[in-house]
Amino acid sequence: MPTTVSMTVNGKKVSGSVEPRTLLVQFIRETLGLTGTHVGCDTSQCGTCVVHVDGKSVKSCTMLAVQAEGSDVLTIEGLAKDGKLHPMQEAFREHHGLQCGFCTPGMVMSAVDLVKNNKNPSEHEIRDWLEGNLCRCTGYHNIVKAIAAGAKAMA
Amino acid sequence: MPEGTGIGASVRRREDGRFLTGSGTYTDDINRPGQTHAIMVRSPHAHAKIKKIDRAKTLKMPGVLAVYTGEDMKVGGLPCGWLVKNQDGSPMVEPPHPALAQDFVRHVGDIVAVVIAETKQQARDGADALGVDYGVLPAVVDTRAAVKPGAPQVWEQAKGNICYDWGLGDKAAVDAAFAKAHKVAKIDLVNNRLIPNAMEPRAAIGDFDRATGEHTLYTTSQNPHVIRLLMGAFVLSIPEAKLRVVAPDVGGGFGSKIYHYAEEAIVTWAAAQLKKPVKWTAERSESFMSDAHGRDHATHAELALDKDGKFLALKVETLANMGAYLSTFSTCVPTYLYATLLAGVYTTPAIFANVKAVFTNTVPVDAYRGAGRPEATFLLERVVDVAAREMKMDPAEIRRKNFIQPSQFPYQTPVALQYDTGNYGATLDMAMKMADYKGFAARKDASAKKGKLRGIGMACYIEACGIAPSAVVGSLGARAGLYECANVRVHPTGSVSVFTGSHAHGQGHETTFAQVVADKLGIPIEQVDIVHGDTGKIPFGMGTYGSRSIAVGGAALVKALDKIVAKGKKIAAHLMEASEKDVEFKDGKFTVAGTDKSKAFGEVALTAYVPHNYPITELEPGLEEQAFYDPLNFTYPSGCYIAEVEVDKETGSIEIARFVASDDFGKIINPMIVEGQVHGGVAQGLGQALLENCVYDKDGQLLTGSYNDYCMPRADDLPSFEVQHTDKPTPCTHNPLGVKGCGEAGAIGAPAAFMNAVCNALGVAHLDMPATSEKVWRAANAHMARAAE
Repeated sequence: MPTTVSMTVNGKKVSGSVEPRTLLVQFIRETLGLTGTHVGCDTSQCGTCVVHVDGKSVKSCTMLAVQAEGSDVLTIEGLAKDGKLHPMQEAFREHHGLQCGFCTPGMVMSAVDLVKNNKNPSEHEIRDWLEGNLCRCTGYHNIVKAIAAGAKAMA
Repeated sequence: MPEGTGIGASVRRREDGRFLTGSGTYTDDINRPGQTHAIMVRSPHAHAKIKKIDRAKTLKMPGVLAVYTGEDMKVGGLPCGWLVKNQDGSPMVEPPHPALAQDFVRHVGDIVAVVIAETKQQARDGADALGVDYGVLPAVVDTRAAVKPGAPQVWEQAKGNICYDWGLGDKAAVDAAFAKAHKVAKIDLVNNRLIPNAMEPRAAIGDFDRATGEHTLYTTSQNPHVIRLLMGAFVLSIPEAKLRVVAPDVGGGFGSKIYHYAEEAIVTWAAAQLKKPVKWTAERSESFMSDAHGRDHATHAELALDKDGKFLALKVETLANMGAYLSTFSTCVPTYLYATLLAGVYTTPAIFANVKAVFTNTVPVDAYRGAGRPEATFLLERVVDVAAREMKMDPAEIRRKNFIQPSQFPYQTPVALQYDTGNYGATLDMAMKMADYKGFAARKDASAKKGKLRGIGMACYIEACGIAPSAVVGSLGARAGLYECANVRVHPTGSVSVFTGSHAHGQGHETTFAQVVADKLGIPIEQVDIVHGDTGKIPFGMGTYGSRSIAVGGAALVKALDKIVAKGKKIAAHLMEASEKDVEFKDGKFTVAGTDKSKAFGEVALTAYVPHNYPITELEPGLEEQAFYDPLNFTYPSGCYIAEVEVDKETGSIEIARFVASDDFGKIINPMIVEGQVHGGVAQGLGQALLENCVYDKDGQLLTGSYNDYCMPRADDLPSFEVQHTDKPTPCTHNPLGVKGCGEAGAIGAPAAFMNAVCNALGVAHLDMPATSEKVWRAANAHMARAAE
């Protein structure tokens, strides 16, 4: 039976009717039409669906929409403010940290959460943190560079 | 020219804004009004007869609109784009390739039926309820096992599972050279099967306009016109004028999105049946069992040497796995994209290759980043290291001794290609310097003191890119031309739209192609828009693969821009009352030589569209030009990669201590993007060598069918790379930009460099990829491993 969920997404109160089995990522993409959050696998491995739920990075394919009831969700669409890219987004651009762009929203959201937890991560710490985010284009080289630069810019 | 946006500048990418803010439009982001959802019902068996499909229960379920099987969809088969002939001149075996299985299934993942419903969940529930009764048949999966007597037959018409038995080179010359050889280095190797895994799963939406009768397919493709041609002409019989194929933002391809896939035909056909849009998006587990796989060779090779270490001859016998059906370009990969590269960067005078392509009950195999060239390079650079080991020569010395010298170009190889230019010593020197090759012995000692094994390895690669001269490939069996197109539309106020047949799915064409326009027309890059990926907008083009975009698509763009400038000169000459031959164009201005007269590009553009004062009897109004470019030869990027590894004997784990790349891509449009391409290619090459392997069990079940089982390279598996462009580049001699292409180099050169380092560390002649901890531990502890067994 469909049920109603309500949450705050990118600062706006939203609600929608979902089946109990609906994943948070499906609610974000299909009900809210926020297609910046992607789906790249079915085993919670790839990290293209990473969003922030109550300030923490979460793979939105591993959570049911109903589990996010009342939560504060931030997606890639809500990261830039007043038309200005977030410093982490700017760093990805400056350091060519993306190619096809498909993993990028998850990478950026994950990176922002890393820097919240570790203001000055080493290369090793960045690589370790990205264990749950796959990229097939960049070989991670420029993503690691971008995150280090983004961390400095966020300080 | 505006500073910093022209050819050679590391312009930051113009496409990044949308990707970084979640505003890209990938196929699954598109939703059409009234859209329905398709779920493919796939075979759980590798080989079976379909005895019965019972759709009654599914059709009664909520929201289900239709169930279609092979009985309903009687259309043409998916075509193979390249006819390869046997050594005796007879054609290859070309079995049918139906979109929906007809009576038999031949690999796990083969599509048996499609269930279409109002929502995806309803379609999935309906698919789960579909009753399919299979009569399971024996299956064959292993490449070498497929040709053994008594192996199960995938196709009745392919005796011994052989698709073709093909040869290239002079066998008699090779035999004669082997007869007088001082030494023969031998190798048996497997080039492991890979699953491409672009991060965006494939997706397709079929749409049908009842008013116009026009079909539209939105699809994750690297080449929308190729899909339109193959699907329209061969499968569904839809004239081009009534079929539009749109490939919007595409999340990586690496070859796997070149081919025409069954799902594209199914959703296009079903949309016309239902008169409603039909959408399908692959789940990752479907991608694993339906995206064309890569590599999968079993090879024996022998290299004959004289007493000084000069290569006398090479002979190669390869079995190449095609899978169960012939995917679009599958047949040319282990032949014309493989054996033609077996000279590598060396002067080996005689080469013979025999390639047998075999059918197995596995997913079709086709081109994957590098396509044939990684297989050729891995084989050659491994056997050269085996030779160096047997001759007790340094791997760098034996390579240098056999290099084709800069003075020898153009160089005709014994395997059909003619290299136009190159300087292999220069990239080797640079890589050795970057890697501090001289200091290796000391580092090895330091590792030994810690109880670790240290190894260094190199690979000198060459690739043939910019596919291809149409006449050449046509004579070799290609069923398509391989030119590229560009249309340059100058708008009345001087801004420019470029419509290109090249397709970007990560390569950054919206930036690099715009750099070429800004450079040639001298206008700000902001005034240039690059349009691609929609057959409704662009002229007929062949798309992006084989590192061809800038070498072929970029060349077409330059030709079209030259036509724009030529017409602009005529208009400017009229405006300035000068002779056309005195008009020059530079930095966005038309000037008359020896005078101070000048007209800006924008003024000329406006005049073309507001032709009040215009040579109307001699010249048509408007400023829009189109060009097709068909290359005269392939381009030949080359380079040297060096890997250094440290092996832990206790655990068999490998740390990549260093990876350096020195490439010669000729002229470079955007160094930042080129370096990024090398990073990504190297990561895929290291993935193949260190981690990735597609594994089937003996019954044809795909054991590596998810990211839990198939080992993708992650950030913590890889080091940072040191990538440099050669200080002595050799620009391509036959295209107008002097470019060679850079997309595949990393995946071509990295596996051999890495495995040479691993073998060097372990002191063994050969180890098959991937170098997993278990395999490495066994090699490092051979005595213990034997005792344990």
